[in-house]
Amino acid sequence: MYAQMVKTEAKRVKSREEMTPEEAAFQDRIEAGEKIEPKDWMPEGYRRTLIRQIGQHAHSEIVGQLPEGNWITRAPTLERKAILLAKVQDEAGHGLYLYSAAETLGVSRDALIAKLHDGSMKYSSIFNYPTLTWADIGAVGWLVDGAAIMNQVPLQRTSYGPYSRAMIRICKEESFHQRQGYDILIKMCLKGTPAQKAMAQDALNRFWYPSLMMFGPSDKDSVHSAQSMAWKIKINTNDELRQKFVDQTVPQAEYLGLTVPDPDLTWNEDKGGYDFTEPDWAEFYAVLAGNGPCNRERMAARVAAWEDGAWFREGLMAHARKAAKRGVAAE
Amino acid sequence: MSSEWPLWEIFIRGQHGLNHRHVGSLHAPDAEMAIRHARDVYTRRNEGVSIWAVKSDDIVASAPSEKGPLFDPSNSKVYRHPTFFDIPDEAGHM
Repeated sequence: MYAQMVKTEAKRVKSREEMTPEEAAFQDRIEAGEKIEPKDWMPEGYRRTLIRQIGQHAHSEIVGQLPEGNWITRAPTLERKAILLAKVQDEAGHGLYLYSAAETLGVSRDALIAKLHDGSMKYSSIFNYPTLTWADIGAVGWLVDGAAIMNQVPLQRTSYGPYSRAMIRICKEESFHQRQGYDILIKMCLKGTPAQKAMAQDALNRFWYPSLMMFGPSDKDSVHSAQSMAWKIKINTNDELRQKFVDQTVPQAEYLGLTVPDPDLTWNEDKGGYDFTEPDWAEFYAVLAGNGPCNRERMAARVAAWEDGAWFREGLMAHARKAAKRGVAAE
Repeated sequence: MSSEWPLWEIFIRGQHGLNHRHVGSLHAPDAEMAIRHARDVYTRRNEGVSIWAVKSDDIVASAPSEKGPLFDPSNSKVYRHPTFFDIPDEAGHM
């Protein structure tokens, strides 16, 4: 999940009787499965919550390029390098789709980026972990993109039209991302040396719990979650998605011959899913607060890219203005 | 002066003979760059054979409040559909 703990401003979900006629008509449209489009009337809370959620999601796509970008020049073969480059390019595109969706709600992309850089908007906690070995690139594709897909597939049905359309486009591409990650690990675990398999195990050991954290802490009693679900900008609870992710991922680890780093992981016949250990939520909050292994490095890289590119953005704008003026003069 | 690049709406023709369809938007300083960016973002997997880029500011849209007056009148004009007319089987395919 690339958006974690998005606040809705709601103290509790309004009952039908408390809604204004406009709010009730809006809620009717959502419950009838209609898409809300940018020019339609919407509650301010819906608009602002969506800006926070889509913005955080967009930031995650962009910051998420950094851990993988680290390995573009270090990929083991030319083919792997080309594949990784294509994946990182996709992430830039995903960021663009999402920023565009947010912009339809009346916020500029530059304003969102400024909020990322001054720390008032967040990105997913997962990208504050380092990618130390090539196996980490496999683990990121398999686990991190796998967890993202869990969240994004249901979001294709979200109530806000531009967000839904961005999600549909993104989901088409995510599947490639997860498969390329798993393919790296198949190569290392099933066709590689013992040292390569050990490297893959180490990557799983480090990325397992941070991947579970991506879904956020349990929100079954959260008023924000209830409001977001009423608005259909969140489709499942965090616990539902985490359970689904574990159930899907454990057999994939077994196929690779890897051990999930959870001694208490057991199949629970009654619920038809695995019982597993929760991640360390104190670590999660520390990472969100800016104290993960790579928070400072990630933000420094983002801010440097933005500032170092300013002359180029401004130069192209200056050229466009001059060319437009010449065009007018020539007529 | 703001250096934020203007927003463009991108339309792609998926195959020869089909209409261009809206696929999304992007920021670009001018028309040439809008086409280049659209090519990089929206046609990375053989999605298209032609691109249109239109400045978002230049798009004129109907207002949601006009939905009734604009579109409701056609509801009652079922005779505009060929299925309104019963053609006897004896007349053959029509």
